[in-house]
Amino acid sequence: MLRLSSYRDFDWVLLGFVLLLSVISVLEIKSATLHTKFHGFDHKQIGFLAVGLFLMFVMSAIDYHRLLDIVPWAYGISILSLIAVKLVGQKVLGARRWINLGGGVHFQPSEWVKLVLIVAVARYFWNLGNRELSWRDIGKAFALVCIPMMLVLMQPDMGTSLTYFPVLLCGLFLGGIRFKQAVILVLIAAVLGGIAWKSGKLLKPYQKARLTAFIDPDADPKGKGYQIRQSLIAVGSGGIWGKGANKGTQTQGDFLPIPYTDFIFAAFCEEHGFVGALGVLLIYFLILMRLIQNAQTAADLPGAYIIMGIVAVIVFQIAVNIGMVLGLMPVTGIPLPLMSYGGSSILFTFLALGIVMNVRMSRFVN
Amino acid sequence: MELTPQSELILKKAEKLPVAKLTAVQYLIAAILVILGAGLWRLEVVSADNFRALAEANRIRKVPVLAPRGRLFDREGRLLVDNYPSVSCFILREQVKDLEADIPLISVGLHITPDQIHAVLRRYQAAPKYQPIPLKQDITPDEQAFIEAHRNELPELETLEEQRRLYPRDGFAAHLIGYVGEISEDDLNKEKYAFYQPGDVVGKSGVEATYDSLLRGVDGSRDVIVNSHGKEIGHLGQTLAQPGKDLKLTIDLDIQMAAEKAMEGKNGAVIAMDPHTGEILALVSRPTFDPNQFAVRLTKSYWNEILTNPDHPLLNKAIQAQLAPGSTFKIIMSYAGLEEGKAQTMHVPCNHGATFYGHYFSCDRNHGMVSIDTAIPYSCDTFYYTLADRLGIDTIARYATSVGLGQKTGVDLPDEASGTVPSTQWKMKNFHEKWYAGETISVGIGQGAVTATPIQLARALSGIASGGVLHRPHLVFPDEVPPDMEEAVHETFPGSGEKTIPLSPENWETITDAMYSVTSSPIGTAYAARLEGIDFAGKTGTADVVSGRDRSSKNKNTIPNAWFVGMTPRRNPDIVVAVLWEHGYWGNNSARLASGIINAFVEKQRKRENNVRIATTPAPAPAAPLTPNQPTAQAAPAPAVPKPTEATN
Repeated sequence: MLRLSSYRDFDWVLLGFVLLLSVISVLEIKSATLHTKFHGFDHKQIGFLAVGLFLMFVMSAIDYHRLLDIVPWAYGISILSLIAVKLVGQKVLGARRWINLGGGVHFQPSEWVKLVLIVAVARYFWNLGNRELSWRDIGKAFALVCIPMMLVLMQPDMGTSLTYFPVLLCGLFLGGIRFKQAVILVLIAAVLGGIAWKSGKLLKPYQKARLTAFIDPDADPKGKGYQIRQSLIAVGSGGIWGKGANKGTQTQGDFLPIPYTDFIFAAFCEEHGFVGALGVLLIYFLILMRLIQNAQTAADLPGAYIIMGIVAVIVFQIAVNIGMVLGLMPVTGIPLPLMSYGGSSILFTFLALGIVMNVRMSRFVN
Repeated sequence: MELTPQSELILKKAEKLPVAKLTAVQYLIAAILVILGAGLWRLEVVSADNFRALAEANRIRKVPVLAPRGRLFDREGRLLVDNYPSVSCFILREQVKDLEADIPLISVGLHITPDQIHAVLRRYQAAPKYQPIPLKQDITPDEQAFIEAHRNELPELETLEEQRRLYPRDGFAAHLIGYVGEISEDDLNKEKYAFYQPGDVVGKSGVEATYDSLLRGVDGSRDVIVNSHGKEIGHLGQTLAQPGKDLKLTIDLDIQMAAEKAMEGKNGAVIAMDPHTGEILALVSRPTFDPNQFAVRLTKSYWNEILTNPDHPLLNKAIQAQLAPGSTFKIIMSYAGLEEGKAQTMHVPCNHGATFYGHYFSCDRNHGMVSIDTAIPYSCDTFYYTLADRLGIDTIARYATSVGLGQKTGVDLPDEASGTVPSTQWKMKNFHEKWYAGETISVGIGQGAVTATPIQLARALSGIASGGVLHRPHLVFPDEVPPDMEEAVHETFPGSGEKTIPLSPENWETITDAMYSVTSSPIGTAYAARLEGIDFAGKTGTADVVSGRDRSSKNKNTIPNAWFVGMTPRRNPDIVVAVLWEHGYWGNNSARLASGIINAFVEKQRKRENNVRIATTPAPAPAAPLTPNQPTAQAAPAPAVPKPTEATN
C-alpha cells in the first residue's frame, strides 16, 4: 500500500485542469438543458463527478501492478459481461448496451471494458519485452482488442467500440511495430474495410449513412445530414466571442441535437465563441501533456503503457467528437471526455485518472 | 525459483522508456489540436456571418397574419356581411411518428371518420412534407380543446385561427354579395391577380369579386422564434395586417328584404334601382345558394347539389338571364314609335290579331280600335305588330340599342350578359342570312330573336322614365372607390357614366301616363297589382318560352315567363323595379310582386318625410344567430359560374 505522504506526489495540477473542465462542462450542460425535459442534468453531472472523484482517489491508492496481475481475469469477465449484455441487456432505442442493476442504476460494460483493455494491452506488450514484434505477436494483439470490439459493435455501439482501437494502435506503436509492418497493416485494413463496407454485414445502413453524411450534410438536410448541419450552424454562428451563456439560439431552440452529450462542444462554441472553444482546446492540451509527462516519468514500462493507452483513448475521443462537431469527421456518437453529460464516461475518465495518479505516485517506489 | 510478479517488475524496471516515441505522441496531439483549432477558425471566424444568417433563418418564422376582409354594409350602414374567427386544424407531417396509430384518437376527437382522414392524406400525398395539411376547418371549441389537451400524444395536430366570412342566412342577397374561395390556378396567371399567392382567399363572385382588392386589405406577419419542432418559444416583432376596407353598398336592406320576400319560392330575378343615379337598391336572383358553404371548405354534396340543380342557383339571373322581354319591350317600341313620329297618330283595329306577310299574328283579346294611349295598358299585340312593321327592324334595333339593350350595362358585378338586339346586320353577321320583314312582327312584342336581361330592362325603363338619362347601374358608391381604383373599375365595366337619349317631353308624358294606366286603370293588365294612393306605373310582359300550341300545364318549363317593369312616381321616378318570374305564367303575377317592393319603398319614403324614425329592420345577417356551416374535411374544386342559359322565346 502507498504511504499517505505519497499524496505530495499526487498530480494536483492535472486534477486542477480536470476540475476546471468539469466546471465548464456542468455550466454548459445546465445551459443546454435549460428549456428541455432534461433540465437538471447539470446536478446529476455534479453527482457523477463527485462519485468519479471518490473512485479516482480509491483507484490512486491501488497499486497498478495489482491491476496488471488481475487483468487476465478481468478480461475474461469483460468478455462474459459483453455477452451477458447481448443476452439480458436492456434494450434502449434498439441497442442493448446496459445491464440494469436495479434502483435506477444502469451499468454499461463497454466503458469498463475500455479500462480493462488498456491494462491488458499494456501487460501484453510489456510481456513481449523489447523484442521485435512478429506477425504472430501482432495477430494476438489484434485478437485481444478485436474480440471485445466486435461484441460491442454488435450491441450495436459503434462509438464505444471504435474507442478500443486507439488502445491497440498505441500498444503497437509503443510495443515496437516496424514501419514495414505498419504499412502492410494499413493496406490490409484498407482492403478489408472496403470489402466490409460493400458487403453491408458489418455496418448497419444507418451507420453507413452517418459515416458519409459529414462529407455533404446538405445532401440530406432533414435526414442524416441534419445533425451535422445544425452543429455547423451552431458553431459558426457563435463567432469570435459567442452569443453568451444560455443565449445560443441553436442550443436553446432545440435545433442542435443532444446538445448536452455528443454535441456539447457545439453548444459551447455557440455560446462562448472561438475564444472560449480555443480555451477548452488549450485545457485539453495541458491535460494531455501532463499525462504524457507522467508516462515519461513512470517507474516502469507497464505504467507508461497504461497512461499512454489512456492518452490514446482520450485523444481519440477528443479528435473524433470535436471533429464531428466541426464537420471534419462522421457522426459516431462518441462523447467528449470531461465535457459530455453521462455517468459511464465520467467514471471511466476518473478511474483512468486514478490509475495515472497511482503510476505517478509510484515512480519513486522501489 | 519462480519470480513473483512483484520481483519480476523490479527486474524489468531497468527497461528503457520509449521517450522518443512519447515525444512523437506529444507532437501528434499538438497537431490534432491545431487542426481542430483551424476548423474552429474556419467556422467561427471566417464563415461566422454566413452561419449567423443560417441560424436566424433556422429559428425565425414569418407567420402570416391574415388581414380581416372588409365588411359590407347597406346604404344606411346596416351590416350585411361580417367576419367571424374560425379555427382550423392542420396536420404537420414533419411531426408525425405513427399516424396510423393516432388516427383512431384523432377520429374521435375531431369527429371525422378514419376514411376521411385517409382521404385528406391521399389528396396531399404529393405536397411537400413541410406543408401543413388542412384536416378540418371551422372546428368547434370542444375540438380545439381536444387538440390542446393532446398536444403531447398528437404533436402533429396544429390549429390556426382565421377570419371567415359570415354571410346572411338562406342565400339572402347571395348573388349581389357573392362569395369567397381559394384562388384558382387559372386566376393566379391573370394580371389582375399578379400579387396574389396560392392559397389566398379571393372574392369569387358578386361584389366580393369585383372589389376584392379593396376588401382584402394587406396581410401582415409575425416574426416568431421557433424551436426545431416549429414550436413558438418567443417573438421578435410584427407587421400589422391592414384590414380590408369596409364597403357601403347602394343596397337598401328594406327594399332588398321586400324583394327577397317577393321572390320566395319562385325562380327568377328582381332588380330595383334609383333611375337618377343608377344605384341598385335591391338585387335578387332565385334560386339562390348559401355563400357560407363556400366560405368554409365546400362539401362535395353541396357542390353536387348546386351543379345538378336545373335552375342554376349560381347564375345571377338579374344580370345573366338573357330572355325574351315579352311585352315589356313595348315601352321601347312606344318610345321608338313616338320619337319617329309614327305612333302618335296610329289607330290600329285589333281583332284577336292581324295578318302580316301571309301569317296570322294573334292578340289575346279583341281590343277594338287601339291607339298608343290604350295600346300600353291593353298590351295590345296587334298595335305593336303594326308599329314594328312600320318602323322596320333596324329602327327598332337603333332605339333598343340606344336605351342599352344588346350590350352590357356595366354594372359592377362579374360576368354580365349582353342580351340580343336583332337587326339586318346582326342576322347577316351571325346567320349569314337576310332579315325577313315577317320576323320584325314578333320582335315588336318582345319575342323572336330579341333577348334582354332584367337589369337591361330596368336601366332602359330608368332612362325613359327619368326623361332621357341612362346611368350605369352600380352597387358601390363612387366615393367609396379610391381614385387609383376608379380607372380600373371603369375599364372593367364599360358603359360607365351617364348617357342621354333623345326623348321629347310630350312623348315622355305619353309613355309614362300610359304606363300609369297599366296599374291604375281597370283596362290595364296590372290593375290587380295597383297600389291605392301611390303613383305606381309599369308594364307587364308575358313571354312565351314555347309556342302556345306546345304549352302544357303539366310541364312547368313550358309556362311563359312573367315580366314586369315598374316605377314610382310615374314621372321622374325614385325607383324602378324589374321583376322576372320564370314560368310565372302572366305578367300580372310579376306586377303583384313588384307592387310589394314599390309599396315597401313608398312606405319608407313616407316615414322619412314624416320625420319618423325608421325602425331598424331586424337585419337578416349580423344580428341573427347565424350558424356557420358544419365543415367537413371533404373538399371540392373551386366553383365555377355555369354558363347562362340560352334565351328561349
